[in-house]
Order: sequence, then structure tokens, then C-alpha cells
Amino acid sequence: MSPSPRIRKIGILLFWLAVWQIAALLIDNSIVFVGPYPVLCAFRNLLPTPGFWLSVGSSFGKISLGFLAAFFCGLAAGSLAHRFALLREFLEPIIRLMKSVPVASFVILALIWIGSANLAVFISFLVVFPILYVNTIAGLENTDQKLLEMARVFSVSPAGRLRCIYLPALLPYLISGCRIALGMSWKSGVAAEVIGVPSHTIGENLYMAKIYLGTADLLAWTIVIILVSTLFEKLFLLLLVKGVRLCFRFSW
Amino acid sequence: MLPFQLVIRNLSKSYGELPVWDGLNLTLDSGQVYCLMGASGIGKTTLFRILLGLEKPDGGSFSLKPPPGCGLTAVFQEDRLCEAFTPIDNVKLAVGKSLSRRQIAGELCRLLPQESLSRPVSTLSGGMKRRVAIARALLAPSCGILMDEPFTGLDEQTRHLAIGYVKEKAGGRLLVVATHQEEDIEALGGILICPFGQAHVPSSQTPPLPRT
Repeated sequence: MSPSPRIRKIGILLFWLAVWQIAALLIDNSIVFVGPYPVLCAFRNLLPTPGFWLSVGSSFGKISLGFLAAFFCGLAAGSLAHRFALLREFLEPIIRLMKSVPVASFVILALIWIGSANLAVFISFLVVFPILYVNTIAGLENTDQKLLEMARVFSVSPAGRLRCIYLPALLPYLISGCRIALGMSWKSGVAAEVIGVPSHTIGENLYMAKIYLGTADLLAWTIVIILVSTLFEKLFLLLLVKGVRLCFRFSW
Repeated sequence: MLPFQLVIRNLSKSYGELPVWDGLNLTLDSGQVYCLMGASGIGKTTLFRILLGLEKPDGGSFSLKPPPGCGLTAVFQEDRLCEAFTPIDNVKLAVGKSLSRRQIAGELCRLLPQESLSRPVSTLSGGMKRRVAIARALLAPSCGILMDEPFTGLDEQTRHLAIGYVKEKAGGRLLVVATHQEEDIEALGGILICPFGQAHVPSSQTPPLPRT
């Protein structure tokens, strides 16, 4: 009999942890290759320090602020661009620029323009905005034309069209767009912090780990980033779906 | 409602090289039920789409002089319902402020089981969706209703129910029902129209298969 999927998953995880541990024992150099146990210790040492929570809170706040601002701006700009073809043509080069310019170039520019304090807000906005913009347009273009004809025949109000036709068409695109954008905002936000080194941020701590060759700290912080970004992703998507469902149910 | 006429003059439509029909003439009176018959692909749906303003004819014109502020509604060939919403939501979307949710629920109850009214349409059967689409067209304020094969997918009993409901709710409005079913004409008390110039062959006249 084959074991249940959950047991199999845990087994696979333990296997790779063991591979990691054995490799660390063989290499036997805590700078080049650190084993799982020192990482766990570094993680445990970090948790009770106030500096840790301050850094996590500050980076989380800035990256989420950039993300949320870009979410709403991308949604609004995408909707307007779908409605007005000329605006879409006007925005096209800007969106292309945002998508193709490397994050590192934007970071240097942002350091010159706004300094390092709000760097992560700016960078996470820049990365998320085009993703949301493109997905909003794709969702709106995918709206069922037959339902729009129905709405025309029955003279459905604009609010009714938005709630019953556009929003359901948009939702799957918003969800998949947000999935990508959330991961990207964290990766690029932290990368920007490593370059700009604003004080009390995750990026600054990664930079310090680099200077002191603290590989265990580096990996501990990496785990923190993965945990926090996953948590934020789950929470945001839950709120998004719940919010839209509430909008569906709201009787007028 | 004051009686009015729908007059179609010399209407023609083609898709590229392919003519759908040429020089269609028809005069329809409000307060009547017309059963539009004709083979598949002859252009019944196209005629409805032109009358609803969703497509432009290539030539000719039609005039509809209803009382101001009321137009045509339709049962489309497809259900065209908002799948994530309940039957009540769907009807409410079309009727606007003219009926309350309670009134809509009361009307839908006559065609659908009570428990189905608060479920999303996506969970309903094909026949249930069809009945929601029929109720929506009849309950929305209008002076005429175009129904494109409205009773497809309904079993004998619900078909009977739906036809009774259509007759009752039609009021003094103009009703045009495209159908392939001979018995619908009698059941609706309708007038048969075959404006597309092709003789209609009732299914009963097709020769029986030779016995082997």
C-alpha cells in the first residue's frame, strides 16, 4: 500500500534535509556551505531580538504599500485603457519600459531621486503595476460579448454590468496576476533594499550577512522572506476573493 | 398599452457573398403571438438580432412605434445568464426597479422549485436555466418580446408550464416565438408566419422509413 500524500511529502522533505546535512558534513565549511542546524540556530537567535521584528515590519509595510498602491492604480489604469483606446496607445511605451528595464537600473535611479528610505515602496510599485495593468485589460477583453448584448437589450445599469458581467470576468485574471505580482514584489523589493541599504529593513540584514560572511544568517533571513511573502499572498488573495464574493451577494 | 405595429419593409441581409434573405416584408400587430418557423440557418436569429438593434440590415427598414420608453426584450438562443448569480439576481438585473426581489421570487416560484432560487445559476440544470431566461424576458418592462426557440431543453411538463406562463404574461405585448415545434403554435394560440419564402414541411409529412 502506498503512503498517504501528506506522509509522502514529509518523507521527501526529510530526505532533502538529510541530503543537505550530509553535504554540509562532507564540505565541512560553514561559510561556503552551511548545514540546516546552524540555520535553525541563527533563526532562533533572531526571533527574540526587537531589531528583527522592526526590520520585518518595516520591509513588510513598505513592500505591501507599494503592492497595494500598484494594485489599485493598475486596476484603474487598465480599466480606463480598455475603455479608451487612445489612452491605451499612449500608455503602451511606458508599460513596455516598466516591464523591460532591469530592476537594478530602477533602484539606482530611485536612489538618486527619492533616497533609500522609501525605495522598496517605489520598486514594488514599479514591478506590480504593469502586471496588474496587463491582467486587467486581458480580463476585460475576455468579457462575454453575449452577456454584454444581453445587458444592452435589457438596458442594464452600468453598476449592474460592472457587478454581474465585468467583475466575474475580471476575477480569475486578477487572482493569477496577483499571484505573480506578489512574489515579484517581495523579490524585487528585498533586492532593492540590498542595493540601497535603508536602515532597519530585511535588505539591510541580508547585506550585513554578506559583509560578515554570515551564511547561516543569510539563509535564516531568506526563510523569513519566504514565510512572510507566502503569508501575505494567502491573506491578500483570501481578502480579494472574499471581497468580490461579498460584492456578488450584495443585494441592491 | 395602446396597440401598435411592427412593420418590416424590404429588409435584406447578407454575410459577405452569402445572402441570408432579400426583400423581407412583414407586418405584426401587438397583442398577438406569432410563431416564426423555417428551416435551421434560414435567418430567424439574424432577423431577431436586427430587430433588437444588435446588427444592422444591409437594406430596407423596420418601424416599431411603441409607447415611449419601452422597447423589445428577448429570450436568446443561448440562456445568457450571469452564472455566478442566483436566478433572482439575474432577473433583478434585467427588470431594474420595476419589480422588488420579493415580487421576482414570487414569479420565479411558478416556474422553478423554491430551493433553486437562491443558488448560483451555474448549479442549475439546462431546463431550469431556460426557464429563468424566459421569466427574465417576460418580467422586464417591454412592449414586445422576441423568443428564439425558448422551449428547447424543457421536458413535456415544464414546457407546458412555461407556455402557460408565457401566454399569461404576454399581456397586450407583441410576441414572436421562433420554433421548430408544430405543437407550440396551437399551445400558444399563435399565428404561424413563414416570411422567409420557403415552404415549410411539417415533420408529419416526411415519408415513413421503408420496412425491412
